[in-house]
Amino acid sequence: MGSVLKRWKLPAVMLGPFIILISLFYFLPVVLIAILAFTSMDSAMRWDFNGLANFQKLVTDPNIGVVVKNTIIYVGFTLLFNVFFGLALGILTTYFIQKESVGLFFRTIWMLPRISPPVVYTLLLLWFFDPSEYGVLNSLRALFNMPPDKWLTTHPMTAVILANGLIGASFGMIIFSSAIKSIPKDLFYAASVDGASQWSVIKDIIIPAVRWPLMFVTLWQFLSLLTSYEYILLLTNGGPLFESEVLALYSYHKAFQNFEFGYGSAISLVLVLIALIFSALMWKWFGMKKMMGSSRIE
Amino acid sequence: MKIELKNICKSFNKKSNTIDHMSLTIEDGEFVALLGPSGCGKSTTMLMIAGIYKPDSGEIYFDGQLVNDLEPKDRNIGMVFQSYALYPHMTVLENIAFPLKQQKVPKEERIERAKQAAEMVQLGHLLDRKPSELSGGQQQRVALARAIVKKPKVLLLDEPMSNLDARLKIEMREEISRIQKELGITTILVTHDQEEAMTMADRIAVMRDGKIIQYSTPMELYNHPKDYFVAQFIGTPPMNFLKGKLSNNQLRLRNMTIELDRKWLDFDGEETDVHVGIRPHDLKLGNNGDIRIRGIVHMVEPIGHSQIVNVKVGNEQVRFFVEPNIKMEYGREVEISADISAIHLFDKATGRSLKKDSVNQGQIEELVS
Repeated sequence: MGSVLKRWKLPAVMLGPFIILISLFYFLPVVLIAILAFTSMDSAMRWDFNGLANFQKLVTDPNIGVVVKNTIIYVGFTLLFNVFFGLALGILTTYFIQKESVGLFFRTIWMLPRISPPVVYTLLLLWFFDPSEYGVLNSLRALFNMPPDKWLTTHPMTAVILANGLIGASFGMIIFSSAIKSIPKDLFYAASVDGASQWSVIKDIIIPAVRWPLMFVTLWQFLSLLTSYEYILLLTNGGPLFESEVLALYSYHKAFQNFEFGYGSAISLVLVLIALIFSALMWKWFGMKKMMGSSRIE
Repeated sequence: MKIELKNICKSFNKKSNTIDHMSLTIEDGEFVALLGPSGCGKSTTMLMIAGIYKPDSGEIYFDGQLVNDLEPKDRNIGMVFQSYALYPHMTVLENIAFPLKQQKVPKEERIERAKQAAEMVQLGHLLDRKPSELSGGQQQRVALARAIVKKPKVLLLDEPMSNLDARLKIEMREEISRIQKELGITTILVTHDQEEAMTMADRIAVMRDGKIIQYSTPMELYNHPKDYFVAQFIGTPPMNFLKGKLSNNQLRLRNMTIELDRKWLDFDGEETDVHVGIRPHDLKLGNNGDIRIRGIVHMVEPIGHSQIVNVKVGNEQVRFFVEPNIKMEYGREVEISADISAIHLFDKATGRSLKKDSVNQGQIEELVS
């Protein structure tokens, strides 16, 4: 007994804090959501189990159609934007700008929105899209004698996708640029001696070398987009009406605006399931296991 | 294609020149090796000929045409890299056909020509493999096939064999020489391996600190090194060096004083510290030569047809060859000797050869500039 204690004392001290933190802030919430989803908890905070009632409500919810459609559009387009724009930025700042300091400068600029608080960044975006003639976009329109437009009301989804896409691209940019930097210089030299055009260098050398980061970023961004709503909340709050409402935001609104904690949890649980299913599918499609293997480039 | 470098300078920092006012002429169809220790600028020179680096000043001519501003793809060159630089996700065939694909050669012709190039390097049976499934020697052959497939005018080889084992090296050496002769292609080989340069090249440019020290045929470099550095670098086992003093026509070497023919020397007569160089092959056991040295056997390395014996002469070491049937005992004193005509003399301060016939100054300048 004494020896067992002795053997596990150090690991327990070392790992203990992290295990407690992880269970408290990562694992417990999922369990709580899973349980809450089967209750009718509201502002009275009572645990009344009501079976599948929340899920029946979800299926028959009149808004659910438009919210799901929005989620698909939002996640799909923002993902495209994040991944391809990130890749373009990565290639631009590492391959086309060979000077490291200049590349780093541009990458840092693109990182700024990610390291500034969302509220501050959203304020800038709100000013950019401002419906009055003093908004950035509208004052640009004024140069061409066009009347001001209420951007966030007329194109809420476009604004939301643009905002998230621009911020999210920096993540892919960082991953891709480090992957491109790890391609041996000789390969680029060989390609230029072999007469490869810029496009061919991108297509035949860079893209194959960043295949695994490409898939990782796609999967990672997919998961984070599915559950992120803070920029939408701050920018349009899902409006006008439900035009830019996505599932994650809908769950938030239900739980913290209507105080339907049980129903909100049920929506979240569905999101968790969707995330799990898609992760598994993408893992399989992309052959992620093989990708995790060691690099083919020596 | 004739390649001329005129007064090339290239620097990567402001302090020093990596390549310092270098001039070099390579005749059409010639096989030239750039030989030197690492960091001497030989790879930089090659990358400038390839067009990957641009020289800071000076001109590069291909067949008399200035190519300084020509992109690599417009120079009609093939190149093999030390790392082989094969495209990892393409098969052997796709790798070889890649330069043709860039030239927009129709698909059937492309495959046909790629297959021919693969046959030439004896890779015909491995066309569907990926580079990661090939051995080092096979990867090297793919790189070579890719370099020659578009029938370039110049073939550039950047340390192509430094990742191969000794046996494979000899095989690839012959292979590359054969292909070079068959195609009659102007070839430049960058290497730090003097044996590789000696066996393959028509002419060798020995480089140090961004300068060409000597540019001549392998035998000329071996027999008449112009500089201490060249003498040290060329030949295996390397040349033996003993400290000596030269004044007028007298060479003092250990406890001997040797009279030299004054005509034989390129020397002003003032007393000078010199390196006396003798090739291991020129030393014989016994006392039949003009120069006799006593030393203690320190190491014996049998190599089959001969033995390399290392003797200690004072603080210095001398290597020479002995017939395999002679028994050499460690710790025993032996006498070895060499002909006076076999020695090389180098000024200790400048490294310059003091032997007149060792360098035909006029000829060298003509070759180098």
